Amino acid sequence: MRAKLMGWFLLGLIRLLTGAQARWYGCPPKAEQRIYFANHQSHADLLLIWAALPQVLRTLTRPIAARDYWTRTPFRSWITTAVFNAIYVSRERTADQDPLEPLVDALERGDSIILFPEGTRGHADEPQDFKAGLYNLALRFPQVVLVPAWINNVQRVMPKGEVVPVPVLCSVTFGVPLALHDGEDRKDFLVRARQAVVDLRDV
Amino acid sequence: MNRYLSSLTATEQVGAMFFFVFGCLFLASAVLLVLSLREHGDDAAGEARQQSLAHANRLLRSSWGMVIVFWVGWLSGDVGAIVLFGLVSFFALREFMTLSPTRRGDHRSLVLAFFVILPVQYTLVGTRHFDLFTVFIPVYVFLAIPVVSALANDPQRFLERNAKLQWGIMVCIYGMSHVPALLLLEFPRYVDRGAFLVLFLALVVQTCMLVQHLAARRLRRAPTAAAISGSFNWMSWGIGVGTAALLGGLLAGITPFKPGQALAMALIASAAGSLGHLVMKAIKRDRGIPNWGKQGEGVTGAGGLLDRVDALCFAAPVFFHSVRWYFNL
Repeated sequence: MRAKLMGWFLLGLIRLLTGAQARWYGCPPKAEQRIYFANHQSHADLLLIWAALPQVLRTLTRPIAARDYWTRTPFRSWITTAVFNAIYVSRERTADQDPLEPLVDALERGDSIILFPEGTRGHADEPQDFKAGLYNLALRFPQVVLVPAWINNVQRVMPKGEVVPVPVLCSVTFGVPLALHDGEDRKDFLVRARQAVVDLRDV
Repeated sequence: MNRYLSSLTATEQVGAMFFFVFGCLFLASAVLLVLSLREHGDDAAGEARQQSLAHANRLLRSSWGMVIVFWVGWLSGDVGAIVLFGLVSFFALREFMTLSPTRRGDHRSLVLAFFVILPVQYTLVGTRHFDLFTVFIPVYVFLAIPVVSALANDPQRFLERNAKLQWGIMVCIYGMSHVPALLLLEFPRYVDRGAFLVLFLALVVQTCMLVQHLAARRLRRAPTAAAISGSFNWMSWGIGVGTAALLGGLLAGITPFKPGQALAMALIASAAGSLGHLVMKAIKRDRGIPNWGKQGEGVTGAGGLLDRVDALCFAAPVFFHSVRWYFNL
């Protein structure tokens, strides 16, 4: 109950501050298993893409949260588990654990996920190079639809180091689904995926 | 009829006014519904009819929205009206800031604008501190914003960034806040009828914009400033302002003015509003966008909130000031 109220409150707040507009260009919002991958510039990216999805898809789609940041306080970990139903991923690579494992579990259960393949937040205008995770997941789950998304303006809402957000209209543009070609090289695929995200900036 | 209306109390009169306006909207909606049921045909003319019908529908829907907003504002009393127009300011400023690129150093100034200046300005209106409210932004905020920006330690395009911020605050907060201020302006022998003054202003300004638009389409004169507006020319502007002034004179009964005064006030307000709209158009051209509002929606023809209220934002302060000055309020 409390999580639901918090969800509504956050949704209202995000809409008031940013409009959280979804622009479905390359594909309609559809309840199929998908991996949404997007550029990453702010912690609020996760909130925005969550708010931009329609209600039905929001419950089926799980965002990915960096374990070290989102579990640091009890409030943060409550919000990511109870409200967003997020999947935690460790950013530090340890020898004994595959960092993709939690994502693989979620995809095997049939959930859709939101992925930021840059790994960390970028501060330049262009997104950084994509990490291999997206390729590995695409290889392992060929039936899952890969949807590129461009998140616009969020870095202006709350730049690093600030506490009070500023109201600026933001939008999430969803593009044409991408598929891994037969025998496509990892590097080629990641470059192509990154370009698909960047191309959505100007549509 | 007239005697009956003037025998009503102020509240009943305002209520009757809303009854009348809602009635007109109902009629217009009914007419459009009947038109939409007609056979359209598959030829180009049918397509064009359907297009113009869709356009009229959009216009009608936004009129409904505006009237309902005014009605709710009146129902909920002075506080409700202040909050309502405060929200309109908030959303308009959000649109303005979205399309004026700011840098990281402007963050604190933006926070100041949205969460301090806006509430303070509307509180000043609500508490009827009219002398302070008219100078708060042009005098005090004018200094406060660049100080906060300078402290952010970023000299790049400093003047430009600050000018944009100041402009947004002036248009979206300062201009808009004069509309609820009209509600609270106290004329002798004209108590609680501020809603009529707001209606007078909105009607006159909207009529001017509409007549100007229609005249420009009909006359097809060469535009005065082609790079800024494809439709603006002095001839149709004059027709628009003239018609609005005449309407203002006719509406003198609902205002505290005599017919001549109402005509002059309508002339001032509609001239300010339509020229302000032209200025906002110039800003939009500078930014390379057809409309304010959400990105990407511009091409579909649906504009933002700021497109609808910009004329009012420029007309309200001029109208408010001339009324106060002329009538010594």
